[in-house]
Amino acid sequence: MENLLNIFVKSIFIDNMIFAYFLGMCSYLAVSKTVKTSMGLGIAVIFVLLITVPVNYLLEVYVLKKGALVWLSDSFATLDLSFLSFIMFIAIIASIVQLVEMFIEKFSPALYNSLGIFLPLIAVNCAILGAALFMQEREYSNIAEATAFGLGSGIGWLLAIVALAAIREKMRYSNVPAPLRGLGITFILTGLMGIAFMSFLGITL
Amino acid sequence: MENVEKEPLLSAKNIKLLTNPLGHDNPITVQVLGICSALAVTVKMKPALVMAISVTLVVALANLIIAMMRKSIPGRIRIIVQLVVIATLVIIVDQFLKAFAFDVSKQLSVFVGLIITNCILMGRLEAFAMANDPWPSFLDGLGNGAGYGLILVIVSFFRELLGSGTVMGYQVMEKIGFYKTGYEDNGMMILPPMALIVVGIIIWVQRSRNKSLIETR
Repeated sequence: MENLLNIFVKSIFIDNMIFAYFLGMCSYLAVSKTVKTSMGLGIAVIFVLLITVPVNYLLEVYVLKKGALVWLSDSFATLDLSFLSFIMFIAIIASIVQLVEMFIEKFSPALYNSLGIFLPLIAVNCAILGAALFMQEREYSNIAEATAFGLGSGIGWLLAIVALAAIREKMRYSNVPAPLRGLGITFILTGLMGIAFMSFLGITL
Repeated sequence: MENVEKEPLLSAKNIKLLTNPLGHDNPITVQVLGICSALAVTVKMKPALVMAISVTLVVALANLIIAMMRKSIPGRIRIIVQLVVIATLVIIVDQFLKAFAFDVSKQLSVFVGLIITNCILMGRLEAFAMANDPWPSFLDGLGNGAGYGLILVIVSFFRELLGSGTVMGYQVMEKIGFYKTGYEDNGMMILPPMALIVVGIIIWVQRSRNKSLIETR
């Protein structure tokens, strides 16, 4: 349990998707104009990460890893399919996003209306594929750890985008030098926020 | 560029496709595409260069392939077709790097795989390759890859020079003799947030030279 909590907190603050690895920057910069829309996108990202990371973990352990297909037949013990992982992960992510979209549309039209436009975009968000690849690289030992990592990364992403959107809303009243307006100042802001987040380094529970 | 044989291949319009992304139509600083993987690989120049070359190759070839197939791709499933083409190319690049440049491939870690979701690819495929002939699409891909690479190389040059005192692994600061005068490497430059600030400054410089790019909030 302590281990899970540790992975969870670490993936929110220390290995934050945006400030430490710059994943999902495209939508982060494009959608962070108001708090409301960024909240919607953030929740959608948490949702998708929470589902895709464990599913991709199962795929990795039971299909792709070296010797993973042993449960099928002993003759597969030396088979290593990990070179296929990119295409498998992206296919899983794209289809799960599609499924989640259909599911939400059917059972919660209100949620669908607030997330609707963002869900298809998420299939090509680097943060989702990035989380799957980090999960593969860090070799989590069981599915609970992978889920904690997915959930934590999603929450970290939401935190970052909502904070940036709030700052950008306030910044409308300040006098930014003309060439820095818009994109430039957003980059510098994100950098400063990243430096602030570095103070979490070294925290373990 | 290697394509100098025939005149019509490099008409003025085609040359524009190559050079525009280097300047006022740069994929990173103007179109805001492909930032995800751009920043994380810029601590040292060598991985940044390898990344730039990989992305250029993948964009150019994906643009070429999609432009050739564009008339037979049904509109509703085009995203998944594009993803399959991109993912295949990226797997080839990844396997190639693992075989011939293993240490760089280790440094780049997940970021080679993340070329798949690099917004430059989807952006250029959707905006250009789906509506143009193969040859201009190929040039557009080369140009955008080069524009992306240019920013990567600039950012990594400053981060490596100021952060570790080297350029491409060569001890520049020590050779000049800066350390004797009390100069020390700036450890901040190696940390991830500084990449964002360096890109912010590049945008600042570019926009104050080219006023037409300034945003009206």
